[in-house]
Amino acid sequence: MTAKEALLNYCLRLGDSSLILGQRMSEWCSNGPILEEDIAMTNIALDLFGQARTMLTYAGEIEEKGKTEDDFAYKRNEREFYNSLLSERPNGHFGDTIARNFLQSAYFFHLYTTLSSSKDDMISAHAVKSLKEVTYHLRHSAEWLVRLGDGTAESHEKVQISLDDLWEFTGDLFEMNEVDELLIKEGIAVDLNEIKKEWIKTVDQVLERATLKKPENGYMQTGRLNAIHSEYLGHLIAEMQFLPRAYPDAKW
Amino acid sequence: MNYQEKYTENQILEFLSEIPDPEIPVITITELGIVRNVELTDKKVIITITPTYTGCPAMKLFEDEIIKKLHEKGINTIEIKLVYSPAWTTNWMTNKAKEKLTAYGIAPPISGTQDKGVLFSSGVKKVICPRCKSQNTILKSQFGSTACKAFYQCNDCLEPFDYFKCI
Repeated sequence: MTAKEALLNYCLRLGDSSLILGQRMSEWCSNGPILEEDIAMTNIALDLFGQARTMLTYAGEIEEKGKTEDDFAYKRNEREFYNSLLSERPNGHFGDTIARNFLQSAYFFHLYTTLSSSKDDMISAHAVKSLKEVTYHLRHSAEWLVRLGDGTAESHEKVQISLDDLWEFTGDLFEMNEVDELLIKEGIAVDLNEIKKEWIKTVDQVLERATLKKPENGYMQTGRLNAIHSEYLGHLIAEMQFLPRAYPDAKW
Repeated sequence: MNYQEKYTENQILEFLSEIPDPEIPVITITELGIVRNVELTDKKVIITITPTYTGCPAMKLFEDEIIKKLHEKGINTIEIKLVYSPAWTTNWMTNKAKEKLTAYGIAPPISGTQDKGVLFSSGVKKVICPRCKSQNTILKSQFGSTACKAFYQCNDCLEPFDYFKCI
């Protein structure tokens, strides 16, 4: 693997997790439990799409085959997406969405904090910018997690189940392969073992406040690095890609 | 046309300051602080801009408006560059813009008060109601009518209002 191939893959990973989580959040549009939350969730979707655009545009520049952000978003199949398995989990009920977003946002928060000093100028600029946005996302999901966990008996039970169900997809966030190894040596990528330590601290801090139990580490479902996904991603991209696939020359 | 001889960078900036922000028309794009640089070469005018938020839907509009405005002024060869670093923060916004925001009914960002706590903001930030100037206001939602705003309500005059949040 060349350094260029590794960098391209790394940018797709960053861009894809934002893109797929953004698409999930946009599914809440007009379905939020209250108006303020509807607006909050679609605002988060917008931020995530912005972050995805930066990285997918950069991926096109690295690849040098003339691909645009839209080519990456709309013309790849599921086995070519490198988003985290967590980001593609269905929205479920509001508690499921909040628990998923919390786990993923806490990851983004620590990842971007560290990537802010990446030796790749574009990645570090992207990280600095995105960090400002994901800080709001993390706070949003953490505050809701506390409200639900430390809320009524029913909300507590429901969100605990959400967390338990999602836990097996968190191991995937920290998997690394030769791409990471190569880019860590160059000072471009970060060691995800280090991110994991910080991530666990944040998770512990919030769960304690939310009176929720951290799930036991059991079997972990992985696949992100090899673009192997759950059955849900295909359905998600079918909806996301329908228009540009059906009307390839459409302009908007 | 040789742009270097015909215009100065300040002149170009003046042209750009005629362009209102598409979402908040009382302030201009230069007051908002998204115009980073103006460069004149003999063949073209290069404008460097930066997004407020990565997903800001107004970015494309900013570009279109800049091109339109400069065309009106007789400048036809324009290049627009997008940069992400240094990242835009609300400190790039001018004081004049902050006054205009207040007059328009949007509470301006309070400098140096970005919630650094990350989790469970302590809520020490006093956002002043743009309508009745009361400090007795409450955060309703971190996310408001656009990506750059939060939603507040005044406990005294009961009016809801937007707060341009600090990033």
